[in-house]
Amino acid sequence: MEKTLDLKFNYTEKKDTRSGFGDGFLEAGRRNPNVVGLCADLIGSLKMGAFQKEFPERFFQTGIAEANMMGIAAGMTINGKIPFTGTFANFSTGRVYDQIRQSIAYSGKNVKICASHAGLTLGEDGATHQILEDVGMMKMLPHMTVINPCDYNQTKAATIAIADYEGPVYLRFGRPSWPIFTDPAQKFEIGKAWKMIEGTDVTIFATGHLVWEAVVAEAMLRSEGISAEVINIHTIKPLDQEAILDSVAKTGCAVTAEEHQYNGGLGDSVAQTLARHNPAPVEYVGVNDSFGESGTPTQLLDKYGLDAANIVAAAKKVLARK
Amino acid sequence: MEKKSIEQLEQIASQVRRDCLRMVHAVQSGHPGASLGCTEFFTALYFDQLNHDPNFNMEGKGEDLFFLSNGHISPVWYSVLSRSGYFSPEEMNTFRKLNSRLQGHPATEEGLPGIRIASGSLGQGLSVAIGAAQAKKIDGDKSTVYVLMGDGEQEEGQIWEAAMYAAHWKVDNLIATIDLNRQQIDGATKDIMNLIDLRAKYESFGWEVNDIFQGNDMKSVVEGLEKAKGLSRQGKPVLNLLHTEMGFGVDFMVGTHKWHGIAPSDEQLAEALGQLPETLGDY
Repeated sequence: MEKTLDLKFNYTEKKDTRSGFGDGFLEAGRRNPNVVGLCADLIGSLKMGAFQKEFPERFFQTGIAEANMMGIAAGMTINGKIPFTGTFANFSTGRVYDQIRQSIAYSGKNVKICASHAGLTLGEDGATHQILEDVGMMKMLPHMTVINPCDYNQTKAATIAIADYEGPVYLRFGRPSWPIFTDPAQKFEIGKAWKMIEGTDVTIFATGHLVWEAVVAEAMLRSEGISAEVINIHTIKPLDQEAILDSVAKTGCAVTAEEHQYNGGLGDSVAQTLARHNPAPVEYVGVNDSFGESGTPTQLLDKYGLDAANIVAAAKKVLARK
Repeated sequence: MEKKSIEQLEQIASQVRRDCLRMVHAVQSGHPGASLGCTEFFTALYFDQLNHDPNFNMEGKGEDLFFLSNGHISPVWYSVLSRSGYFSPEEMNTFRKLNSRLQGHPATEEGLPGIRIASGSLGQGLSVAIGAAQAKKIDGDKSTVYVLMGDGEQEEGQIWEAAMYAAHWKVDNLIATIDLNRQQIDGATKDIMNLIDLRAKYESFGWEVNDIFQGNDMKSVVEGLEKAKGLSRQGKPVLNLLHTEMGFGVDFMVGTHKWHGIAPSDEQLAEALGQLPETLGDY
């Protein structure tokens, strides 16, 4: 369907965002000798192999021991190293929450927690691995920055950018092959939302893979005479409140779209901002308090209501509430 | 730093014990038992063993580093840090009070000199120390990283992840110590969760293990730490099993888990201080 639409962004190639991380990580390693890598037996899955090959003295296989990996990373920062830890999002957060809380966040350590296979689009492995709570857990931690880029290019740019930023970061990305629709030369500014498409009737705040779905939804809405603004919230914390308030001051309502639970995700962050400064109706596109299951990424986004069609439906619903 | 005699170190230790008891008494909370039990270790470390600079900087390049994994024994650490010049001993008056840098468990958030990581939630310090030691290796920094853990803390799973990792990566610029006082909050370790043979466990993980049987005898502790230094840099991480008595130095506190986390009353404090000469001046 998306091919017949008049899309404001297009793509010629698809690639996984984890490859954007892997390529960005290698580039960050070339630019800064203090960048080091740690991985808990998932070097291939995280695409960390090229860095390991080029910088073997700066790369540490930890085995299947994520708690220890977080502690080692925290310790390495003390000497000025910039450790990037790599494992699945589930094992990067819930499994090691207390280690991150005490040794990294509370201790203010410059660790980059790099989390692949986030969300439903992990696919066939099922709910044990499809974490949908990670953004909530991480954004609740003081000092933590939370970033969820949307495609290969943005993930690569974000990975390079976090190496230059001092402080703990949670970087979330995924496994599926996904449209590459952002500029390969983009400058990634942590905490700065990106207004991708201007509109007047409703604002769609999207993060991660669902930014693409929002781009498709905008074209669908436009074909029905509804003008949607699309804002890419790649940094969920710190949240660009000014961008959110400016847009909703104009459109008067919002849809949030993310591959995450309603509870604790981007939707809550946007709703909190609006409730405090400019109350306006909000509809959430996300997972509503359930676990995922096995299936293809496309099937899962459809079944759990996370695709462009669901964003369109949410937009119509929120417009009726204005 | 001028080399101190065993007698001088013992005199410092007496003051450190007074500091621990006075801090805990003043706020009627904190953990005196293992603080008293580890006093010889901390005194020997900070006044004899460590190559360290009280003009604190976080990175500590070219310095030996110390991490406290069992953060609840913060009083003894705060005492040796202040008595060796990291901050004024008067600041011990603020221990566990609002707006203090001397948090109940050690933290970096308030910027207390000498602290490089928060600890308190158990089982994390060994991993942190290993990371710091490996970072020193990357930089060709020849100094040593020390970490103290509790024996009850060995029940945490992360410890064994870290133990496996340190041997695999040959982190031999690391000297870990377990305070083997055989007590934990709910009772004796052998009853709560039997640790059986920690030497055999660590040796089978690939560590060099060094018993310090008289962990409350200053000469034995200094000699034991010297020996550990000699065992380091030979391809294996080093572990000291420091045999101590909780509450050592105060006759009614020694050898029981009862004083793990409770403060002495006014009368008990007076009685305890009567057994510990004031050598450096109370803060």
